[in-house]
Amino acid sequence: MTTERHAISVTVNGVRHDKTVEARMLLSDFIRHELLLSGTHVGCEHGVCGACTIWFDGFPARSCLMFAVQADGHDIATVEGLADNDKLSPLQQAMHEAHGLQCGYCTPGILMTMSHFLASNPAPDEQAVREALSGNLCRCTGYQHIVDAVLLAAERMRG
Amino acid sequence: METRYFGASVKRNEDQRLLTGQALFIDDIELPGMLHAAVLRSAVAHGRIVTVDVSAALKREGVVAAYTAQDLGDFWQPGPLLVPPPPIEGSVFNLRTHACLAKDKVRYAGEPLAIVIAADRYIAEDALADIVVDIEILPALVDLEAALAKGAALVHEDLGSNIAAHIHQGKGDYARAASRADHIIKRRFLYEHGISSPIETRGIVVQWDARGGQLTMWDTTQAPVFVRNGLAAVFGLSERQVRVIAPFVGGGFGPKIMMFYPEELLLPWAAMQLNRPIKWIEDRLEHFVATTHERGQVHDSKIALTKDGKILGVKDVFLHDSGAYDPYGLTVPINSQCTLLGPYVIPDYDSTFTCVFTNLPIVTPYRGAGRQHGVFVIERLLDIAAHELGIDPAEIRRRNLIPPDAFPYDNEIIYQDFAPLSYDSGDYEPVLDKALSAIGYAGFKDEQAAARAKGKHLGIAVAAYVEGTGIGPYEGARVQVQANGRVSVATGIGTQGQGHYTVFAQIVADQVGCDVRDVDVVTGDTDRFHWGAGTFASRGAVVAGNAVNEASKVVRQKILTLAAEHFECAEGDLELGQGQVSIVGVRGQAIRLSELAQKANPMRGAVKPGAEPGLESTQYFGPPSGATASGVHAMIVEVDPETFTLAIRKYVIVHDCGTVINPLILAGQIIGGAAQGIGNAFYEKLMYDDAGQLLNASLADYLLPTSLDVPRFVLDHTVTPSPLNPLGIKGAGEAGAIPAGPLFAQAIEDALGFKAKGIELLEIPLSPARLWELTQQAG
Repeated sequence: MTTERHAISVTVNGVRHDKTVEARMLLSDFIRHELLLSGTHVGCEHGVCGACTIWFDGFPARSCLMFAVQADGHDIATVEGLADNDKLSPLQQAMHEAHGLQCGYCTPGILMTMSHFLASNPAPDEQAVREALSGNLCRCTGYQHIVDAVLLAAERMRG
Repeated sequence: METRYFGASVKRNEDQRLLTGQALFIDDIELPGMLHAAVLRSAVAHGRIVTVDVSAALKREGVVAAYTAQDLGDFWQPGPLLVPPPPIEGSVFNLRTHACLAKDKVRYAGEPLAIVIAADRYIAEDALADIVVDIEILPALVDLEAALAKGAALVHEDLGSNIAAHIHQGKGDYARAASRADHIIKRRFLYEHGISSPIETRGIVVQWDARGGQLTMWDTTQAPVFVRNGLAAVFGLSERQVRVIAPFVGGGFGPKIMMFYPEELLLPWAAMQLNRPIKWIEDRLEHFVATTHERGQVHDSKIALTKDGKILGVKDVFLHDSGAYDPYGLTVPINSQCTLLGPYVIPDYDSTFTCVFTNLPIVTPYRGAGRQHGVFVIERLLDIAAHELGIDPAEIRRRNLIPPDAFPYDNEIIYQDFAPLSYDSGDYEPVLDKALSAIGYAGFKDEQAAARAKGKHLGIAVAAYVEGTGIGPYEGARVQVQANGRVSVATGIGTQGQGHYTVFAQIVADQVGCDVRDVDVVTGDTDRFHWGAGTFASRGAVVAGNAVNEASKVVRQKILTLAAEHFECAEGDLELGQGQVSIVGVRGQAIRLSELAQKANPMRGAVKPGAEPGLESTQYFGPPSGATASGVHAMIVEVDPETFTLAIRKYVIVHDCGTVINPLILAGQIIGGAAQGIGNAFYEKLMYDDAGQLLNASLADYLLPTSLDVPRFVLDHTVTPSPLNPLGIKGAGEAGAIPAGPLFAQAIEDALGFKAKGIELLEIPLSPARLWELTQQAG
């Protein structure tokens, strides 16, 4: 059996990557195992847990529900791009201070979902944060400290 | 100085890597020449294997190997017993462990039949579809009582029955209690715990270095030292030829302790055959059937009371679902049996359980580890007693609490750690009082009536529990001041998010006088620390934490001795802090820890006889028995009487786990546990059909609680230090998950006026659908 491969060009965290991939390769596997950006985690591969959330052309998307070939010509951001060198983003810093992570496996997806949320919702209340967060599963924290972190980050980003 | 970090909400050392995508998880490991495995699992719950033919799979391009049980030769054998049963007189324990691939029979849907090794995961999964399987289907045993009925099919034919174990324990004489009682209540309770479902599934990467005779296995295990020892035994290697590394692990909650999972043997065996590194990552659908569960028990229970609500005795007879094999011994049902006693004086207790083999996945501990089942029984019995005797539910609990002057309190039966079930310390009434005050118990009746007038159905509940934590046998730690001034700590336990890199660093930093951020903790690498047991039974902070403390104290003394020599002064004149040793009251007289570490490892000259190099110590700690934590949860819910949807309006947790190392991390543990308790009580249920097929094996169908289902918790603590360890700490990992079941049952009954309607909630999990069914049955 010969497998047809497709040339794709994808920009990830501002860096362009030219690769050839099988049509069936998941975008999550492409990011993790072809580009070796393993900060994007895979939790369920059926689009429920949200651990694999990335930004696709600036919007949160589940990379396990897309094929790498669909990303051809598109712009992707992953958790590795959030910090400015060693300086954590406001949400990353707030997650640290509010103890918003335990095992940290769901954390990259939550950072991508909630960073986008904060960009368009500078002054959310707790219920709005919980609704935005409800598509990302966390089994360790019971969410409370994540909610605290998002509210803290929002406050700081408002200045 | 001594308490600078201990007791403070220090931010976690591990966060930076986790927040920036730089932490190494199992699937992040990429090795040159690495192959990928996929496992073919039985679609049938119970059947005789006629054929497993991998010949077509082997012809697929990219497939390197495919193995069935027949291919394993002499390597095929039933696995070891991980946890032996406690030495309880008259007990029956029938050990039947699984092999890594089923040979003659399959005993649960999901049991491995074959493994394919291929160039990549996609090809390996393609090849699973090439394998031809013929299984002659046998009746599946799913129901516990049906499995014990005469003429039932047998999970293990050679045993002659489906009884996995039979244990009786008790104290006093229940018949005496019953004869003295004013009131006896008898009920049947069903309690089912679900799956731990960490967001990271299991995974293994293995590398066999044939030239060096070294086996390295990265494994998502909670107990790397056990796995290392086990692999050495199975493969006939010395322990130092095997290295097991548990990297960052994405949640565990119990099932990642199990040993051996079939893949933990198949992968190293295949790597040795092929002399290539191999990776296997469980997918989410596999996780539902291939990782252990903690499922159900059926309790027939009686409580004997005086008319003023004092417990005279409890008699409990229960069935426990072991699943198809019982490699984990009796930990779960023993915990149920012991934890039923709770924080209460129960003079006469008679408890018998029978473990039953079924055609369902293996049952091993999941956060709470059977304690939930026992707590549900006693808490529900007390609720029913309160109703029937006309006593307030909080008051009946108060009347039965063990008084503070009764500790250590001996419950006279044997716990999971083989030690007598003795509560080391506790003071339960203040915990209850704080919880009642925080939930607004006294004023709730008015609040409830006012809400009802507006058409809202509010209900309140209060439930108490104890948890035996921090059991032995022991853990160890090595602490070393490095030449650059940083301090390294290594311990044998694994870590899955509990904050070990921080709480152990706090203990060390206080002893050696350095910044907590200058302490580097390594857990779960058997080449860095090769003794220990693992992370389970809420024991990491208690047992490893105290070992870290002991080693740190020795290092502190070494620092003082060397610095006193350096300054030619008395040790008493020295103080440690800010990464240096200085002479009290003499400015400018200080030496950095880095410099002392270099002095402790001289490159030239003679040393004193008996001198050991470095500022280093390895120490061990083993408690005589477990430390008993306690708590009370209280909750107010609003339930829609038509749709039975439920909203938690307030949830209060008051907890006593002895001395607290880090309040912020402790809060995270308690809240996270409580969220899992809520999932267990109202959202999560493994739905099996009569053929033993799991009907909801996806996260879209098996519902983990989301941020909209879990409320903001109100937390408070009391502190009753444990006398069993120098730091006075008790475990806290599991506590939050334990009492949610009875809390939900009590609150929903109250909200919907079920008592007046004669409806009792005697089972967990509940759900809107189940509440509807129960109200329909009641008419």
